[in-house]
Amino acid sequence: MPVTQLSDKPPFKARAFDWLDHRFKIRDLTAYMGNKVVPQHGHSMFYYLGGLTLFLFLVQVATGILLLMYYRPGADSAYESVKFIISNVTFGWLIRSIHSWSANLMILVLFLHMFTVYFTQAYRKPREMTWLTGIGLLGLALTFGFSGYLLPWNELAFFATRVGTGMIRAIPVIGEYLMVVLRGGEDVTGATIGRFFGLHVAILPALFSLLLTIHLLFVQRQGMSEPIEWKSSGDTHKKYMKFFPNFLYRDLLVWLIALNVLALLAVIFPDGVGVIHWPLGEKADPFAPPPAVIRPEWYFMFAFLTLKLIPAKVLFLEGEQFGLLVMGVGGLIWALVPFLDKSSQRGERSRGWMLFGFGALGFIVIMTILGYILE
Amino acid sequence: MAEEKSSSTKANFSNEKVPRRSFLEKFLAAGTMALVGAVFYPVARFLVPPKSGEATVTQVKLPFTRRDVEAESQKGKTFRFGRKLGIIVLTPSGELRAFSATCTHLDCTVQHRPDLGVLWCACHNGRYDLSGKNIAGPPPRPLDAFVVNEVGEEIFVSSGVA
Repeated sequence: MPVTQLSDKPPFKARAFDWLDHRFKIRDLTAYMGNKVVPQHGHSMFYYLGGLTLFLFLVQVATGILLLMYYRPGADSAYESVKFIISNVTFGWLIRSIHSWSANLMILVLFLHMFTVYFTQAYRKPREMTWLTGIGLLGLALTFGFSGYLLPWNELAFFATRVGTGMIRAIPVIGEYLMVVLRGGEDVTGATIGRFFGLHVAILPALFSLLLTIHLLFVQRQGMSEPIEWKSSGDTHKKYMKFFPNFLYRDLLVWLIALNVLALLAVIFPDGVGVIHWPLGEKADPFAPPPAVIRPEWYFMFAFLTLKLIPAKVLFLEGEQFGLLVMGVGGLIWALVPFLDKSSQRGERSRGWMLFGFGALGFIVIMTILGYILE
Repeated sequence: MAEEKSSSTKANFSNEKVPRRSFLEKFLAAGTMALVGAVFYPVARFLVPPKSGEATVTQVKLPFTRRDVEAESQKGKTFRFGRKLGIIVLTPSGELRAFSATCTHLDCTVQHRPDLGVLWCACHNGRYDLSGKNIAGPPPRPLDAFVVNEVGEEIFVSSGVA
């Protein structure tokens, strides 16, 4: 009878699942996901940092697309359109504030993610490529920050970009060429906004999405890195949590907390607070004298101060060339650490590389703080 | 599996008025709705563009003189009135009259046809007489009229309410 047939039918959810599974073999995928586990130990909280960076990136994409509705690049319109967004558009101040807060927090969490991976040697075999793609993502994120900083075309951004792009000139042979390409001319002008705008909303998002996909595929394929000590210890005290759904729910809870923190910061401090601030201020005037304090965003401060402190001439090199060389070599070693740290490949912690890590962290922290004190 | 679990839980608490699980589920759903609302309300409002901050124009000085209008073969010229387009025409009696140049039918721009003695919209053959009244074709309303004042060589056009 039709009535009993109807009641015998599996529920809609199950039928929909079957329908999809028939076509896309979803059961294989869920079985694969069901196998994924997350190690549980004293430093398990580090596992949230990558996901948190991802969340903040998604917030950047969403708010960035919204800002695009009103932002107009160009020397005559960029500043005016940002002013329009924060003073005329309903909730415009909020969207810009969230975009700025999320950008800063994303860089911060990204740095935390990188250093926790470094100090737990999670970069060791077989995760060398995950580390490398992560370093690439860091580079792109910093470029995002640098290019986005100029877009409001205000006084502070104008001079900071002039200094920042001016440094590129120190690169031998191709420096001058690179600087002109980046600036769209000899100086920072409306043409520079066009280039930075294209970089910020098209080129960087494309590259970042590609690299991020690869990074996440690596993480999904290899699973979470276990603590290095677990290799030598017995199986008895190793504990795991299922990724799906247990860890995923926790991940989402962390995202929810992050969203609330973000909303609070954005509402209470729409222009930022302390050294992390982005008041619109005056419109950039290339012919006006620079403001008393020119400073980059906080995450460039250590590099900015280092270059400032280096004497004009070191050995046969110019001060800036020397500074860029030293930091370039340092960055290269940092990127190649999974290949250079031989003891981590054997599952042992190397004192030397731990010291190198602390040295780098200490240098960045101290130079950043000094940068603000010496102002 | 989830089905089984929830039904057995329901059975355990069947004597309660509101089973704990269903209360939590409702609580979670309400919380999620509130979150979605809190996120998308500002987004929806942000997407609605604000009204232009431009001040409303009530009077403009035309950048041409009566002689320029007389020199036109069409005996009429368009001009900017704030963000709108206006048209000034010379009637056979030598009077200057100004109207909104936007056809009231579908927003095309009207032109003066001295040969027909009308203001004519080329899009759908709409016609207005020289007082702006719609007399033929699809236009539903007369054209908005402006007040014209001549001070020496200069022509001032102002909106009716002045």
